[in-house]
Amino acid sequence: MSLNKTDKERVKAFWSKVAGKADAIGAESLARLIVVYPQTKTYFAHWKDVSPNSPNVKKHGKTVMGGVADAVTKIDDLKGGLLSLSELHAFTLRVDPANFKLLTHCILVVLAAQFPADFTPEVHVAMDKFLAAVARALAEKYR
Amino acid sequence: MVVWSEQERSIINSIFASLDYDDIGPKALCRCLIVYPWTQRYFGGFGNLYNAEAIKTNPMIGAHGIKVLHGLDRAVKNMDDIKNTYAELSVMHSEKLHIDPDNFRLLADCLTIVIAAKMGTAFTADIQAAFQKFLSVVVNALGRQYH
Repeated sequence: MSLNKTDKERVKAFWSKVAGKADAIGAESLARLIVVYPQTKTYFAHWKDVSPNSPNVKKHGKTVMGGVADAVTKIDDLKGGLLSLSELHAFTLRVDPANFKLLTHCILVVLAAQFPADFTPEVHVAMDKFLAAVARALAEKYR
Repeated sequence: MVVWSEQERSIINSIFASLDYDDIGPKALCRCLIVYPWTQRYFGGFGNLYNAEAIKTNPMIGAHGIKVLHGLDRAVKNMDDIKNTYAELSVMHSEKLHIDPDNFRLLADCLTIVIAAKMGTAFTADIQAAFQKFLSVVVNALGRQYH
């Protein structure tokens, strides 16, 4: 299920439409993750305030989405391009890779809610494949 | 037994009370067939599914989408016993339709996304949580009688 030429074109085209709102998309996606999948809060036990509207969640959502934006520019070589992020997730963060799927789903929900006309089924499948590929690249160094 | 808060019940009832089945049903099923193409395996007799355009304009798929969405009505009316409400349907999906129960989860995810697109910012995190909880109970019930 690797990205073909059409997938990459669709991802880049759609991303250029939504990139301006990346920070808000990130914040919203992370907020939804911790509300819809409360077990994900275990990774943020070091934050005093883990509520969906907290400054920590907003800031971290922005960071995560920044990573996604970067991945779009490295779409032709995600494994190579995301190497240091992969090491970070493998050796320091050690986020269970199952959670990548949960966050992907939340990102897709936010994209659908905020860009209903642009988030067509064709764009949806390309973005789903792309985020799955990013997740695979991030899990590359786990074992 | 699944415990529903008053807020969750209200959210689920509200979503389904204002649901346009004729619009959402076809959209959810089409999206599932396009985003997860292996689900097309169950639609061999449904005519042209050759590409996304064909799927979106296929009247048999559209009609089936509406039918499947209405299938959720019984769960909405019997939220406190979805497991038993769907026992027969579960047997049917297993013995007659031979559908891999993982597909129920895929369709549920597509339905969530279609509803999100329809409701926009009104589809808050709390509403998403309640809706996904409801769908996961349905998905679980539909897979329960497989053997």
